[in-house]
Amino acid sequence: MANQIQYRYEKDNLVKSEPGKYQDTELKSNELVINLGPQHPSTHGVLRLEILTDNEIIKDVIPHIGYLHRCFEKHTESLAYNQIIPYVDRMDYLSSMNSEHAYAMGVEKMLGITEQIPKRVEYIRVLVAELNRLASHFVGVGSYAMDIGTFTPFFWMMRDREHIQRLLEWASGARLLYNYIWIGGLYYDLPVGFEDRCLEFIKYLKPKIPELEILVTDNKIFIDRTANVGVLPLDLAINYGITGPMLRGSGLKMDLRKVDAYSVYPEIDFDIPIGKGAMGTVGDCWDRTYVRIREMYESIRIIEQCLTKLTTEHKRTKEFDPQAIVPKKIRPKAQDLYFRAENPRGELGFFFRADGKSDIPFRCKARSSCFVNLSIIGELSKGAMIADLIAVLGSIDIVLGEVDR
Amino acid sequence: MTVKDISEHLKKTLGEDRVLNINEESTPHTIEISPNYILEVGKMLHTHDQLFFDMLSCITGVDNGVEAGTMEVIYNFYSVPFEQSLMLKVTLDRNHAEVHSLESIWKTADWLERETYDMFGIKFIGHPDLRRILMPADWEGFPLRKDYKHEETYRGIKIEY
Repeated sequence: MANQIQYRYEKDNLVKSEPGKYQDTELKSNELVINLGPQHPSTHGVLRLEILTDNEIIKDVIPHIGYLHRCFEKHTESLAYNQIIPYVDRMDYLSSMNSEHAYAMGVEKMLGITEQIPKRVEYIRVLVAELNRLASHFVGVGSYAMDIGTFTPFFWMMRDREHIQRLLEWASGARLLYNYIWIGGLYYDLPVGFEDRCLEFIKYLKPKIPELEILVTDNKIFIDRTANVGVLPLDLAINYGITGPMLRGSGLKMDLRKVDAYSVYPEIDFDIPIGKGAMGTVGDCWDRTYVRIREMYESIRIIEQCLTKLTTEHKRTKEFDPQAIVPKKIRPKAQDLYFRAENPRGELGFFFRADGKSDIPFRCKARSSCFVNLSIIGELSKGAMIADLIAVLGSIDIVLGEVDR
Repeated sequence: MTVKDISEHLKKTLGEDRVLNINEESTPHTIEISPNYILEVGKMLHTHDQLFFDMLSCITGVDNGVEAGTMEVIYNFYSVPFEQSLMLKVTLDRNHAEVHSLESIWKTADWLERETYDMFGIKFIGHPDLRRILMPADWEGFPLRKDYKHEETYRGIKIEY
């Protein structure tokens, strides 16, 4: 098998499998189609953009996606509820904990065991999810700054992200794809000493984020590249179903952690940062980056409160079993359920249909935030310069794993 | 507004036959309507000042299998000012799976409907650009239909492993 050619090359393969919308023969004399990606560092993965340009001005952008499609929904047709969790991890591989959390809460709601989850389990879930949110925002802001042309924040963010990954590896055994949050509980309790080390890390991290702000959002070059670029008005954002930091960047105080008040978030004190147009117009690329950086502070606040609770009120005991109410058999009664939760990139929703007769969902659909957020790129970059397209694309902060699922 | 109020309102303003069924077992509660009236009901849900479902979160296709002979499209709406969710369901004939597109009201529907078409082959009438989105354009069949059988190879690449 090894010497066999596994792929039959034909010259028009790409044209047939992913035809462009604009044909060369239909173009006007000053128009040109530029193809960006699928292999291009600033597309953050395998995204192909077909750009119709008039000299330097963008007339239309057609995203071609699906290069990383791994059939999540097809897989769920043959997997039991608890076996789907690793596949959920692989959707948004930068914030697996958050996705797991959303998925587990959805299934728990179907089973009706949401109220029985021990408080310690809930606090640990929120703790690891917020750590992962920090790590995800680090990559988002760091790589965005790199797209814009400054390299240092990326290295700094990767350095700090490494600490988070080590912490999560210590807790779960994996660096990126954790399978730590189970339906009804956790894989393990936190390792002994985790709380102290985590607190140490937070102390180390706190002064680092102002440094990031000096390098990124206060940077003259960064402001010139992002302020007043890719302005997203609020009504358009809602009509396009945009969620997460992108929607908050447009000035709407909407965070599902507050709106739906799931898990222990109502017991925790945190703010929702929104874009105010400090450097330009409300809803521009700068505002979206600003919201992400402010959210890092909020995540740190949440982590601190969780650590306080985990060391005082809900501290480690010998009797505590994180798998105490993990159901042996997950068979929800027949129902439809749509559950959503706030991921670093927006609303991650799961639609379930259970038939009440099997351990396998009849239908499980993931509503991915990146997929919906990316759909606005054509609208956002119309009339902009080609260089601004990179600024707009980076500010959407997509993870292609979640776009294509 | 509860789902009963919404359904009463739809019946009163648009006609008795608009609402087929309400289901309070599901989360959020579901209103089932006839696919013929989806555009009318969508406009009402979007613009009415008491409902104002300004966000379309999710569109899900469901195939009930060959024996049942039906497919469903499920819409999840959310109202930002009223913080309310609603699930809307239409049932389609499996052999003529067609429903009017909501792209003219909610732009989110553009890609979500393309995805549903890609996976189930449900046609959205009036959609401006109904192409496959995740699968390659020359892919045969609709993968999430219950009777789907994939091909042996795709361009010389073995599919089954």
